[in-house]
Amino acid sequence: MASMRDIQRRRASIQSTGQITKAMKLVSTVKLQKARTKAEQTKPYFSYMYSTMVDMLKRTKNINHPYLTPASEENTKKAVIVITSNRGLAGGYNNNVVKELLNSGFDKADVSVFAVGRKGKDTLARRGYNIVADYSDMIDEPVYGDAKTIGEAVLKEFTEGNIGEIYLLYTSFKNTVSHEPKMIKLLPFNVEDMESEEQDTKEAPMTFEPDEDEVLDAIIPKYINSLIYGALMEAVASENGARMQAMDSATSNAEEMIADLSLKYNRARQGSITQELTEIIAGAEAIN
Amino acid sequence: MAELFQLQIVSPNRVFYEGEVTMVEMNTSDGEMGVYAKHIPLTTVVAPGLVTIHEESDVKFAAIHSGFAVIMPDKVTIMAEVAEWPDEIDIDRAEDSKTRAERRLAEADPSTDIVRAEMSLRRALTRIEASQK
Repeated sequence: MASMRDIQRRRASIQSTGQITKAMKLVSTVKLQKARTKAEQTKPYFSYMYSTMVDMLKRTKNINHPYLTPASEENTKKAVIVITSNRGLAGGYNNNVVKELLNSGFDKADVSVFAVGRKGKDTLARRGYNIVADYSDMIDEPVYGDAKTIGEAVLKEFTEGNIGEIYLLYTSFKNTVSHEPKMIKLLPFNVEDMESEEQDTKEAPMTFEPDEDEVLDAIIPKYINSLIYGALMEAVASENGARMQAMDSATSNAEEMIADLSLKYNRARQGSITQELTEIIAGAEAIN
Repeated sequence: MAELFQLQIVSPNRVFYEGEVTMVEMNTSDGEMGVYAKHIPLTTVVAPGLVTIHEESDVKFAAIHSGFAVIMPDKVTIMAEVAEWPDEIDIDRAEDSKTRAERRLAEADPSTDIVRAEMSLRRALTRIEASQK
């Protein structure tokens, strides 16, 4: 049996760990609320953007814009924007994102990673992925300009033909307790996918000013940026949600251990008192 | 009385404006444009500039940088990357960046990104124009 002193030391150390995890939980709760409101505020922009895109693609007839034509067979290069966090202690948050990429079936040599978040970047680099760019500073407080920077970088690679497909990998935020990694394809568009959402098509055809190509040229990058922005926002919310959960269970584990150790401590204390008493009594009896 | 239609200005951070208006004026890549109700369906690229919102009894101004507008007979949606009301604009900062951009353009240093400097000059000018309304 461990000595009283050891048990006490152990208990004190767990107690202070518990205090830290509790504080971290509170902090991430507050951050989660903030991130969540922000993520919700970006939703209207994104959903209008999406419906406009769907609408436009349906109304335009001859779509042979480079952004819309599927990648050729030879060009198997893929850019993946991987959004993780800069800090750990968020349960499986970062790991799940990385796993999603490992399980995607993409050939390691084909993938160029545009990393947002140091954790994902480091893990993927260790696993031999090619990290093309690192935007880890952005994840702490993403603003729209950040999404634009990333969007422009990947689009540049795409238009130069260095890559054939662009994917976005992030953790989607459903609610406080449920978030799951999600991989979506940004470019080229799969027009059929979008058209499957049936809407009334008898409206007047859309006119484009100055012309179709130019409008698509202007809008598609904005669409991509808005997707990236939305993903950044959701990822921040998910990160804090995941951390909140992880810290919550850490705190309750600490409490459990403290209760267990307190019991052991009390038992040890009682044991030593009993022993002392027995010794005294035995000593007294020996004198008699 | 002119007919009313729905106007919506959405920026990434918020729904900037939503309401019934009689006319909206904006700057497109092809020049200035005013839209009344029952316009033909049109999608156009919005250039940085002033948007004038004519409500039934009020006229509002806003600065918009880069975006596009989807015009429908009964509804106009402007998707703007940045949208600001005049009272949100820091005039000193706008003046500063105007001077900076002008200087950069005047230097004609081959290393300067001319397009970028021009863009920032335009943004500054839009802000100044909007805040003077």
